[in-house]
Amino acid sequence: MSLPGRPATPGPEPSAVRPLSGWGRFPVETCRIFRPEKPAALSAILDSGAEPSYIARGLGRSYGDASLNGGGGVISFERLNRMIAFDPATDVLECEAGVSLAEILDCFLPRGYFLPVTPGTKFVTLGGAIAHDVHGKNHHRVGTISNFVLDFRLRTAQGEVLTCSREQNSEAFWATVGGAGLTGLVLSARLRLQRVETAHVLVDFLKVAHLEEAIDAMEKSDHLYEFSVAWIDCLARGRALGRSVLMRANPAKRSDLPKGTGDPLSPRRRSERSVPLDFPAGLLNKFTVGAFNSLFYGLHRTASGRLADIDGFFYPLDSIRDWNRMYGRRGFVQYQLAFPPETSRAGLAEILERVSASGRGSFLGVLKRFGNATAGLLSFPFPGYTLALDLPVSDGLVPFLAGLDALVLSHGGRLYLAKDAVMAPETFAAMYPRLDEFREVRARLDPKNTLSSSLARRVGILPA
Amino acid sequence: MSAPIAAGAPVPPGPTVLILGAASAIARAVAGEFARRGYALLLAGRDGEELDRLAADLSLRYGVKAQGRTFDALAFDTHPAFVEACRETSQDSLAGAVLCFGYLGDQAAAQKDPVEAKRILDTNLVGAVSILGLLANHFEEKRKGFLCALSSVAGDRGRQSNYVYGAAKAGLTVFLQGLRNRLHPSGVAVTTIKPGFVDTQMTYGRPGLFLVASPQAAAKRIVEAALKGEDQAYVPRFWWPVMLLIRLIPEKLFKRMRL
Repeated sequence: MSLPGRPATPGPEPSAVRPLSGWGRFPVETCRIFRPEKPAALSAILDSGAEPSYIARGLGRSYGDASLNGGGGVISFERLNRMIAFDPATDVLECEAGVSLAEILDCFLPRGYFLPVTPGTKFVTLGGAIAHDVHGKNHHRVGTISNFVLDFRLRTAQGEVLTCSREQNSEAFWATVGGAGLTGLVLSARLRLQRVETAHVLVDFLKVAHLEEAIDAMEKSDHLYEFSVAWIDCLARGRALGRSVLMRANPAKRSDLPKGTGDPLSPRRRSERSVPLDFPAGLLNKFTVGAFNSLFYGLHRTASGRLADIDGFFYPLDSIRDWNRMYGRRGFVQYQLAFPPETSRAGLAEILERVSASGRGSFLGVLKRFGNATAGLLSFPFPGYTLALDLPVSDGLVPFLAGLDALVLSHGGRLYLAKDAVMAPETFAAMYPRLDEFREVRARLDPKNTLSSSLARRVGILPA
Repeated sequence: MSAPIAAGAPVPPGPTVLILGAASAIARAVAGEFARRGYALLLAGRDGEELDRLAADLSLRYGVKAQGRTFDALAFDTHPAFVEACRETSQDSLAGAVLCFGYLGDQAAAQKDPVEAKRILDTNLVGAVSILGLLANHFEEKRKGFLCALSSVAGDRGRQSNYVYGAAKAGLTVFLQGLRNRLHPSGVAVTTIKPGFVDTQMTYGRPGLFLVASPQAAAKRIVEAALKGEDQAYVPRFWWPVMLLIRLIPEKLFKRMRL
């Protein structure tokens, strides 16, 4: 037994060695985790050279091994989360990389500002959002988050601090955006927020019977909506393959709110629920998940102008803490792919057929039309369609995914590093044609490979 | 709780809380908890640059006035001027002060080197006595306000693993008792906080810890105790029965134990 007031282990910074995983809880690897409380401590950690390499980690919401460094160092940015400045004239917020999107919302939504781009969870850090150049339900309109990042300060492995923007150190900027943390440590960034009148959106629901209809609807009318996404039943087969509920929305104005709503900028308070334990293996199977999906599809009706608050529309799963435990002890893989427009219909149909035929239970997937790509060398989105589905880890999953990878590749598609846990190096190289450019810029910023991650070694960005 | 005010609007003057040793994780959370309740903040510590960053963060998050001011617990002769400056900066609106600084030190080194032992005692006890004494005079004169200081459960019983630190904290605890007794007629509350394990640099990665509280949870309890004027608070609360049991172990037995 030990009582408070005993010294910690000596060293440059206290650290903890323990098994670590991403949000999918697969894979799990043992890493040495540092959790500095001041930016100055980063140098002490990196310069000590105690670990073979280091990778930054935010809130651990990437699904696979992007924030893992098996046998090496992981630097948690949880406590490097100071807000630095806000300029109401330009709506630009500057903060340290460990600030979460949830913190930004807590602070700025009541003042009339929303995030310009947000992924499906607000529990990600700004640094992580930049490292994966994240997209949201408005990608078809505005692209990824980097379009709203004016600049950031990057501490390279060599100890230099570079201010990176489109004009200054632009090579480092475009390598870092989507660069999975491999170019340096983002210390702080400046992000342009989006003004909103209310904390609500007006949602139109459109129920469609199959994939073709979903794509037709998105082609025809996505441009009318600021936000667009579809929940797709990945277990439906035959004529119902790809049946979906499209949820498309525009920001609600003050006049859209019913009288007596109270503060228009205050979202409805939700009680937080959590998943208290790992669900037993096999609880989620094609029957239970199929039943859930049918119920979800059956309960939704085509409807328009439904008022929803920001938490409900953008972050439906954030109100259930530890929802990843639903997939049981072995975890799950979130498989997210993108197809270019010309192969989207055929590619998506083939993927859905494989998944539904395999019976590998997946709750509703997410289908979304992408807009323009950014210049990030390893940024994921390009024009076309993206599909994301959760697959519980079970025997044979890895070979099954290898088959899907080949299919994605044959249709000119690609996979998302923030989600990936199994892709092979050849697949990755074929999907990301600017990989060599990235490697060159990276090598200049970090010639000794001080920064590395399990992901980087697995997909062959860095030598194993 | 005050709602964050519109960005750029002028900050209304309000009661100010002084945080001594403001750069630690617990202190940061304590400052945040006061700011959330609308208090302006004076952040004192050695690292001026870091204090400025923390002050900017608090202002942005909670729309309160916050500023940093350098302070060295060991530079005793600077303490009177420091208190005077705090009074001026806050326009004489000091509502209270929370002492968060401390130095755990190295017990093994302190056993060999009196300089280390002195440093532990100077920081945790003499420095605290010096600054708290001056602040006590200020609040006594005003006949209102609160003083709150982070002592430690380490001061509840001497143990081989940290008794120099424990002795300093035990001294601080007794000092606070006396101060409480003296200031009671003036309506100035003195709160002794005894934190157990809190998830900070001091505890991170150490094996064998149990029920570690987050700095935010600890801060909530600390601020509640300070504002209510509680005499003493174990944080989290369950440390009270734990330490009661530890204090009850007969010395004959205790001296044979490894704690």
